Amino acid sequence: MSGFTVKQPGLLSLLHDRGRYGAHKLGLTTGGPLDFVAFDWANRLLGNDANATALEVGFGGLSLQAHIDTSFVITGATAPCKLNGEPIEQWCSHNISQGDQLEIGFATSGTRVYLAVGGGFDIAPSFGSTSTVVREKIGGQNGDKLQAGDHLPCTARPLQQHCYLPAPERPDYAREATLRVVTGYQQAAFSPVQQWRFFNSEYSLTDRCDRMGFRLEGENVHSDMVGMLSEGICLGAIQIPADGQPIVLMNDRQTIGGYPKIGSVIALDTARLGQMSAGASVRFESISIEQAHNIHCLARARFLRTMPQPC
Amino acid sequence: MRVEVAGQNAFIVYFAEQASAAVSAQIQAAADNVLAGMGDAIVDLVPSYASLLVIFDLDRSDPFAVRQQLHKALASVDAADLGAGELVTLPVYYSLESGPELELIAERGGISVDDVIAIHQQQEYRVYAIGFAPGFAYLGEVDERIAAPRLATPRQKVPRGAVAIADRQTAVYPAVSPGGWNLIGLCPTRMFDPLSNPSMPVKVGDRIRFSAIDRDEFLAQGGEL
Repeated sequence: MSGFTVKQPGLLSLLHDRGRYGAHKLGLTTGGPLDFVAFDWANRLLGNDANATALEVGFGGLSLQAHIDTSFVITGATAPCKLNGEPIEQWCSHNISQGDQLEIGFATSGTRVYLAVGGGFDIAPSFGSTSTVVREKIGGQNGDKLQAGDHLPCTARPLQQHCYLPAPERPDYAREATLRVVTGYQQAAFSPVQQWRFFNSEYSLTDRCDRMGFRLEGENVHSDMVGMLSEGICLGAIQIPADGQPIVLMNDRQTIGGYPKIGSVIALDTARLGQMSAGASVRFESISIEQAHNIHCLARARFLRTMPQPC
Repeated sequence: MRVEVAGQNAFIVYFAEQASAAVSAQIQAAADNVLAGMGDAIVDLVPSYASLLVIFDLDRSDPFAVRQQLHKALASVDAADLGAGELVTLPVYYSLESGPELELIAERGGISVDDVIAIHQQQEYRVYAIGFAPGFAYLGEVDERIAAPRLATPRQKVPRGAVAIADRQTAVYPAVSPGGWNLIGLCPTRMFDPLSNPSMPVKVGDRIRFSAIDRDEFLAQGGEL
């Protein structure tokens, strides 16, 4: 039985690939890693396929035992990580041997830690993806988060040469951020005054933030909409219900919904938001879809240009 | 038709202010055109009551090109073919045992329970949207005489297959879940089965009819009480 056994599952450890696409017509959401930037680096540092299945360890607390000689890397939120009790570096590949214990402690900066193994975990896809969406009971193993005793299959892929991502290239998980918003959807139903208020106020994250949506609190914002038909919701859509408090819809959002939306946070910034927790504060900046396209292309080019360094 | 920006990689097309069978057929035709014309660049589509969300791949296309192609795809959507959409018949065991709100709906409408059951079956419904949960299809519109507001206190546990009414919509619960709709019967057909292909018996734009079965037939078709 090659792979890993789960000793302690942690609070919310989920198997994910890049997400489930093309299944919205069945009512299935996208899933996928909240912080795709850290997820992508984990796979890249091991030379994995970009869509290889890795673990998103929400808040930490995971402990695994290896039954195989292979390689792994831990990225994302900063957490104390240990191999057989010895501290190890994140954002850097390592080898692990049969019988070894790997521990990821609780996150001290950021909230989602990513653990990738050489070649990825070997999980059968469901509707074209291995991403776990607990609400739908789809993906991962039995559609659920990791449980103690679970087996995580993978193949032996120890590395000869290890790599790391230099510190200046690693994301900063500060508790303040400006989220860029492509305005759209029902934007016209928010008066100029309401829009000004939204884009010039600070909002803080409530404790009701999960993989479906992040509920914020701050200045009330109101639209002129009186009832609307449910419509498709994309990643990052900012829904503002009658109480005037915005909700940023994340990877596990419902596919349709009937609240007015002022626009959508770009993916690079939902990734950033996904690493934040209650009490953190955000502001919003309005950008056009063309600017968002430029930002995406520049970030993509930078990712491809940044080379992992040999240890 | 009106095209609006939805997000960094998404446009939303609005077809009308209200849902109707004609609008639903038009959205289906538009979705087919978009997939045929822009296949590789499309990541996902979400058809709903009166809109179509088009999500595209930023690494394969860009907002300029997608907007242009989208307008082209929409221009060739003909006047809606009302006959479009497959006709699917769903069996329902209507009874006081399987439909705890039958009496409530009858009372509200000043009709008998048998009338409620007959009215629910007498027309064709259109699948306006699928969402809320995997396989949950919103069907419209029910006759005003059997329309009913959601329950003041939602149930913790609605059984799989529950046939339900909320306002002028009807649906079959695809799985056990909490819910506030009025229950009028049970359908033995699995509305969502991840292990079957296709995983759903219906899709957006399909036409649905309900047809009464008795208790024995319900159990014989795999229904559970």
